[in-house]
Amino acid sequence: MMDQAGLQAIALTLRLAATTTLVLLLAGTPLAWWLARTRSWLKGPVGALVALPLVLPPVVLGFYLLVLMGPNGPVGQFTQSLGWGVLPFTFTGLVVGSVLYSMPFVVQPLQNAFEAMGERPLEAAATLRASPLDTFFSVVLPLAKPAYLAAAVMGFAHTVGEFGIVLMMGGNIPGKTRVMSVQIYDHVEALEYSQAHWLAGGLLVFSFLVLLALYTWRPGSRKGDGT
Amino acid sequence: MKPEGDGIAASFRRVFPSFSLDVSLAVPGRGVTAVFGPSGSGKTSLLRCIAGLERAGSGRLSVNGEVWQDDAAGIFVPVHKRPLGYVFQEASLFAHLDVAHNLDFGLRRVPASQRRVSLEKAIGLLGLRALMQRMPGTLSGGERQRVAIARALATSPRLLLMDEPLASLDIARKAEILPYLERLHDELDMPVLYVSHAPDEVARLADHLVLLDGGRVTASGPTRELMTRLDLPLAHGDAAAAVLEAVVIAVEPDWHMSHAEFSGGRISLLNPALRAGQRVRVRIQARDVSLTLARQEGTSVQNIFPVTVTGLCADSPGQVMVKLDAGGCILLARITGKSADALQLQAGSQVYAQVKGVAVLG
Repeated sequence: MMDQAGLQAIALTLRLAATTTLVLLLAGTPLAWWLARTRSWLKGPVGALVALPLVLPPVVLGFYLLVLMGPNGPVGQFTQSLGWGVLPFTFTGLVVGSVLYSMPFVVQPLQNAFEAMGERPLEAAATLRASPLDTFFSVVLPLAKPAYLAAAVMGFAHTVGEFGIVLMMGGNIPGKTRVMSVQIYDHVEALEYSQAHWLAGGLLVFSFLVLLALYTWRPGSRKGDGT
Repeated sequence: MKPEGDGIAASFRRVFPSFSLDVSLAVPGRGVTAVFGPSGSGKTSLLRCIAGLERAGSGRLSVNGEVWQDDAAGIFVPVHKRPLGYVFQEASLFAHLDVAHNLDFGLRRVPASQRRVSLEKAIGLLGLRALMQRMPGTLSGGERQRVAIARALATSPRLLLMDEPLASLDIARKAEILPYLERLHDELDMPVLYVSHAPDEVARLADHLVLLDGGRVTASGPTRELMTRLDLPLAHGDAAAAVLEAVVIAVEPDWHMSHAEFSGGRISLLNPALRAGQRVRVRIQARDVSLTLARQEGTSVQNIFPVTVTGLCADSPGQVMVKLDAGGCILLARITGKSADALQLQAGSQVYAQVKGVAVLG
């Protein structure tokens, strides 16, 4: 059966994934908008940076974050000078790592949606007296709703399954940084296979259901000319 | 915004990747002005500059006394603050909103005190009552374009810009929308700039005409005058035509005919749906007009007027465009060069014009 530690790990994982998804939707929107609209030469490099976690082993990302945010790293020095202490081995540190790690899964669907809708709905809205901000909320967001759903689901699910970064910079502090994947690892190390099964099986089913929902319920059947 | 003269005065210069726009024009602040030219002549760019969707590097624009752009004075009113309506080539409806909410989108952003066109009026003018709950994706191309026009009208624009609203439609859909556009013209007192490359649309809708070529204005003036000026491209080719105004004097329902009078004579129209006393605009295509030295008797052609040749000009190879004066009205006739030579036509020749077809424009 699931023990106390297991439940604690699940709760922490969900909290981490929810926080990360929220941060990514808020910060990813302007970033995706910029990537979709800019003609700057920076588009290539920034796009590549955003996509990096797709190919980089999470351990590498975790390692550099640990170095950067540690007591002697530039980011660590900065957070210490603000009186925040250092981020590794804290929940906030995990959020920062997860945000970077799951970023492409949120930014790319949004960017694609913004690019696909083109300039025309924005121009039409402007000729109908809508200011740019008004247009964003009354035209862009509704048109991009399917992309936001996909981005949120993928960002959430991807964060739930993260392991390498957590291990490198989260440590293994129960209730603070010990997420499900780390808990499974601990169970296996201790040869507690049945506890490992509960969590691992749960993650497997969760991931499958998420993808099933995403692939079968396609809001792609967009009504309208979309021009 | 300081008041200045009526009308629309615009001058824009802007270099685009493929061409440069360098226009200066002044057109009346009322009625329909068509911006006519071949594709690539800069019509759409001009319209987008007027809307503010495109920003000309140096430009100036005033609409019936309001300055919307004056780069010398650092004025550029953003698009959403200009009281204009814009109808794009493709309807560009909001796909996530049904027809009613598309129509409401602009309307609810206009202060009540500035509303002059009621939503009811726009819906009625464009025949949308049955479509209100439909999503854009379920509408035909013609229906979508009608919604787009009504959506623009509902904002009570002080200038309506239409960028080839019929270009993406087939002939049947065009025929469906044109009567609505004519009703707009007749029932709303709203200046319209109408971009087109279709001479028949221009003849039907426009009071005033601006000819654009290679990003420059080549001529500007009343439609009837420009359509028949032999030095301009509109008076050439298969679509060349003259438009005249006439008054119906008699109707013969049994023959499906009506008879109307204009300053150059009487014309018979194959159209029974007219009333005596009604004013009609008719279009006579140059290719339907032939010329004779003496009045023909025993011909099936009913419309024959005495005319004076006022000019000749080579048209397509082997053909000549002849400009005629019929009691002060201008007509065009396209005949072969050989015939023109045989009849020894020259300015001042007195001849008879035989007109084979007359179209009533409404």
